[in-house]
Amino acid sequence: MANNIGMEVKIAPSRFRNPLSKYIIRRSPRCTKCGKCVEVCKFGVHQRSGVAFCRAQEHRCIGESCNACIEQCPEKALSLAVNPLTAVLGDYRWTSDLILSTWYQAETGKLPPVGLEYKVGNSGGGFDKLRFKFPKEKFNLKPEEISTCIPLNRKGDNAHQIEIGIPIYGGGMSFGSVSLSTMLGKAKTAKFWNTFTCTGEGGYPEVLNPYDNHVITQVATGLFGVREQTIQRVRIVEFKYAQGAKPGLGGHLLGDKNTPAVAAMREAVPGTSLFSPFPFHSVYSVEDHKKHVDWIKAINPAVLVSVKVSTPTDVDMVAIGSYYADAHIIHLDGSYGGTGAAPDIAKKNIAMPIEYAIPKVHRFLVAEGVRDKVTLMASGGIRTAHDVAKAIALGADGVIIGTAELVALECVRCANCESGRGCVRGIATTDPELSVMFDAEWAAQRISNLLTSWRNQLVEILQHLGMKSITELVGKTDCLYHIDYEEK
Amino acid sequence: MPEKYHIEVKPTSPRWTPVGKISAIEKDGCFGCARCAKKSCVYDIYRNRKFDSKQMCDTIDYLCKMCFRCVQECKGRILSRAVNPEFLQLGDQYWKPNIIATIWYQAETGKIPVSGAGYRGPFSGPGFDSMWTDMSEIVRPTRDGIHGREYISTSIDLGRKLVRLEFAKDNSLISMPPPILDIPMPIIFNPFPWGKINKNVRLALTNAGFSLGIPMIIESEEYFDELRPYDSIIMPQFTPKSFETHKNILKRVRLCEFIYEDSIMNYVSKAKEINPQVIVSIRVKLNKEAEVVAQQLTQEGAEIIHLYADYQGKEYEEASPRFIKDAIRKVHLRLVEMQMRDEVTIIASGGIGLAEHLAKIIICGADGAGIDLPLLIALECRLCKRCTNNLSCPVEMENIDTKWATQRMINLIGAWHSQLIEVMGAMGIREARRLRGEVGRAMFFEDVEKETFGQLFGGRQKDGK
Repeated sequence: MANNIGMEVKIAPSRFRNPLSKYIIRRSPRCTKCGKCVEVCKFGVHQRSGVAFCRAQEHRCIGESCNACIEQCPEKALSLAVNPLTAVLGDYRWTSDLILSTWYQAETGKLPPVGLEYKVGNSGGGFDKLRFKFPKEKFNLKPEEISTCIPLNRKGDNAHQIEIGIPIYGGGMSFGSVSLSTMLGKAKTAKFWNTFTCTGEGGYPEVLNPYDNHVITQVATGLFGVREQTIQRVRIVEFKYAQGAKPGLGGHLLGDKNTPAVAAMREAVPGTSLFSPFPFHSVYSVEDHKKHVDWIKAINPAVLVSVKVSTPTDVDMVAIGSYYADAHIIHLDGSYGGTGAAPDIAKKNIAMPIEYAIPKVHRFLVAEGVRDKVTLMASGGIRTAHDVAKAIALGADGVIIGTAELVALECVRCANCESGRGCVRGIATTDPELSVMFDAEWAAQRISNLLTSWRNQLVEILQHLGMKSITELVGKTDCLYHIDYEEK
Repeated sequence: MPEKYHIEVKPTSPRWTPVGKISAIEKDGCFGCARCAKKSCVYDIYRNRKFDSKQMCDTIDYLCKMCFRCVQECKGRILSRAVNPEFLQLGDQYWKPNIIATIWYQAETGKIPVSGAGYRGPFSGPGFDSMWTDMSEIVRPTRDGIHGREYISTSIDLGRKLVRLEFAKDNSLISMPPPILDIPMPIIFNPFPWGKINKNVRLALTNAGFSLGIPMIIESEEYFDELRPYDSIIMPQFTPKSFETHKNILKRVRLCEFIYEDSIMNYVSKAKEINPQVIVSIRVKLNKEAEVVAQQLTQEGAEIIHLYADYQGKEYEEASPRFIKDAIRKVHLRLVEMQMRDEVTIIASGGIGLAEHLAKIIICGADGAGIDLPLLIALECRLCKRCTNNLSCPVEMENIDTKWATQRMINLIGAWHSQLIEVMGAMGIREARRLRGEVGRAMFFEDVEKETFGQLFGGRQKDGK
């Protein structure tokens, strides 16, 4: 069953007329329209329509590693250059290559041919410096034999026994912070992949009803949109104690994004800024948290409880405390995660990157003898399939993604999610005009295509490591090496 | 309850179009479509663009928010974006273009820079980028507890404190508590490392300092009579030489500073003879000897020790200079070890460019920081250093209006104040005074890296820059 998950891959092209490309090809007036370029290009960059040439499909070009059209043009009329645009697209963490390769995967469900980096960014630390160390030995494992399922309830109690098809689920993004199409797209994907998406803290829109079994709803400090019914509808409830990008600060929906629809969902006044205060003023200890859990369990006895915390230096203590307060899932949100709006000073400086938090917590839970009783999920800077595998090898059971899904929907990370009418590209916005730039079907297909590609990569990694299940990879740090370190 | 410290920020437009991060590219070949991608720009940047004939630049580079909609929607594909080389040339290795742009934004708006998406920068880096602040205690609040922002205080004390009070047999107080000054932000305005300060800029600095309650160091030779109304925040700086000629200023001020040399304490005594209430700071070069000097000065009764690094935060050492945060930590720890840290105030300056640097240098052990270049950058300085060669200033610093300049500096400090409260709130720290030396609220890259990856992967080969 495990391998029959996911949506069938269908091409889900960009919503925009001009794809952004890494390379640009110039055609000089020397061109005699002989058609040689059309003939030699394996990637469909050059195409002809009658006598005339279509505009070069530059986003398909793989660059200098091919060069066939440049070299074989009898008139030497073509030239290739790196698009200067790539220098302003993206950033250290999400390089332009990562954005473009994610788009490619979201469109086609496949890895980009060559020429685009799809594994690591350029942050100079953490995941970007870790690599897999594959044994020379070849294992005869067929992709069908490999499972990427993980159980979410390892406690063995009477709560739901849930297994998800991929070690990934969608992060909490509230209605208000993102559009309804985005939320619905995520939910549809979650259903196909037998995994989950999360409502965030901003209410539980009715349109998600058909997906109740694949929705996590959040109870966060503002308690926006939290009702008994919403708790009863789901199989997993998540307590959000902190958010990695702005721990200690709480959530913040700027007034402009609080449209009448959003306000109705949150039972608030339209146009006012909505703060989720930090912290839960009813939780000052693990015991207080336990009361919260009991309260949720009284309303929905079979529900799984996830505790989302950020990564302070004593995150290990927080994790063990959460475990003893009956959490099924501990969700660590690292400091470099995404957010709709946060002070830059917080995003950069508070708490530790997830790459450090995972092994720290994993080791501690192992030492306490409870590691196999709890599911450890990591988020905050998971951009690629390789990040997923690395996070698991460092000690997580699975990961939670947010920004990667948005990039699949053609986010360019311009970071203007918070201002004015919200996201200009129609993703993180509730503006009546902008939020209808795409529909949920397209969104679901794009995210699903990306997951298909990711799953294929995970399977390939497991094949190389000779592992039949992703659960075997958990905590196998000896599969990794750090390129700045000498071999141990 | 004492009156709340409030900084009145007001939007204050720049006089010059700030250097934008990107350049807009537009090729020939417009089809003249009815539904033009430019017209549908959500931010209306194409309608609001102007050509600035004085600077020879298109304001679009500054207005564009980089959503790439027009690039992707233009039917003629004539629009694109590239890096603005002028932006990359701003500042230097330490004062990176992004720091300058951030200061400009804060000086213009007085607001905390806020953005969506995650952090965009490198994993860690040199200098202040190799530490993170931490909010661990707030998860299980044990110390200051959790407070509303309105209860967080950013003030610090300048001056020397007694370790204990002594009483006579009849219970009368024998100890004479030294003068102390409470300032509402852990900041002192430090003289600019370069740049010509004309009268207007000087008056603006003084005005800003005065309305913010922040002391301003001024070389005693540069003091002029129009500054008299602001004497309460003026901190004249003396060398033993200038002391003789300008010592009369001392009668009117609450603070002053001496540049360190051997037996400088004699001059401190002389200053105290002129005005016993004046609090004296001693300006000490930050280098390998600074720890010893600081200890000695503290033993001799110094009130404030002002340790200054170069403008990029490096100590004054030829061979492998330490960064200010590491050097200050050493000084702080030495004084802690000698059990005299609480007696003296330490101010650190050099390389403080962002609000986060302020919080971090305090965590590393300073009571407060001296800031200089950010104030100049608030006035649109581009750190081109042309003025050091007597060349013309591209933003005409000489024509600055005092009122405008004052507000720009107030805005900058206002934004820093809010950010300091923001991070202190996240750390669960109620007072800037308690933040000092609180490394429990920080994580250092080297430590965390060693603790986690070091255990997994062995010895580090390269410097993780």
